[in-house]
Amino acid sequence: MARQVQEINAGSMADIAFLLLIFFLVTTTMDVDKGLTRQLPPPSADKNESEQINERNIFLVLINKENQLAIEAEPANVGELKDRTKDFLTNPRKSGNLAELVPVSVRLKEAQEKKDLKTVAILQNILTKMGDVDITKGIVSLQNDRGTKYSIYIEVQNEIVAAFNELRDDASKMYFGGKLFDELSKEEQDMVKMIYPLSISEAEPRSIK
Amino acid sequence: MSKFKRKDKNGMAAISTASLPDIVFMLLFFFMVTTTLREVEYKVKIKLPKASEIKKLEKKSLVSYIYVGAPLRQFQKQYGTEPQLQLNDKISDLNEIPEYIESERKARSEADVPLMTYSLKVDSDTKMGIVSDIKLELRNVQALKLNYSTLKRIDKNK
Repeated sequence: MARQVQEINAGSMADIAFLLLIFFLVTTTMDVDKGLTRQLPPPSADKNESEQINERNIFLVLINKENQLAIEAEPANVGELKDRTKDFLTNPRKSGNLAELVPVSVRLKEAQEKKDLKTVAILQNILTKMGDVDITKGIVSLQNDRGTKYSIYIEVQNEIVAAFNELRDDASKMYFGGKLFDELSKEEQDMVKMIYPLSISEAEPRSIK
Repeated sequence: MSKFKRKDKNGMAAISTASLPDIVFMLLFFFMVTTTLREVEYKVKIKLPKASEIKKLEKKSLVSYIYVGAPLRQFQKQYGTEPQLQLNDKISDLNEIPEYIESERKARSEADVPLMTYSLKVDSDTKMGIVSDIKLELRNVQALKLNYSTLKRIDKNK
């Protein structure tokens, strides 16, 4: 006959658990890291490449030290930035001073000449799935002053990224059965990214009047 | 004093606290799962700007942080009120960035280094000058994947 084991008093269990709970409450934070993800250009960027860009393909966004915004050298509001960026990139009326559009088939030939196999594969994918759509050559150039406020800079960045995201969403909806860009497969995303490449160039800050 | 009479006989029965540990443990697990450990102690005041087009940072272990903001009041005697750079636990100088990036890279396996993201937590009132200097330093050491840390702004249009 085994001796009866005395039951352990579990009354202080709550105290122990409370102690642990308070420890975790104090040492941890709840904030999730979110933000605008951007890729910086490599240190010694090729000078030749920037010279090749046609003037009309650059969408100039300036912020001065009074946090005022100028689009293509004219004062503007942050509110209109997104629509103007979209307009510039897609150039729906084929206007002569907005971004040039290049059909996929032309880009494919260029890529084949350069033997850029990865690009060729994506472009061929686009040709078969979406047809001979236009690819924009537009580049958004964002320049700011050293005295520009960070929150304004982020707001402008956000509007530009929003323009690209909306264009990508529109393209995804059109060609992939109403799906948003985020819901596409990796391969499909690559195709949409090729049509609307997120090209934001940031010059070194200088003084802007 | 008969104010505190024992009410054993005709009062309410005591509520059983036997399930209290279970409840507290449940809370504990909730907090353990949803929160993360603080990385550093802030020496600068950071009020993040808001943006709507934000992405979540996927792998926390591959993120290095750089903080920029005006020093907290107790450090203002030492560092002034101008926005300063904080790396790890201390306020640093711009030329300490390459060293910091190097040490952050060493702490990860070699295969993970190209996947590392550098999260800039910058106070919204900071001027762009210091941010540009940091970006230039980061470019020089090939730390190109950036994330401007922001809060979520609810967009009225959507």
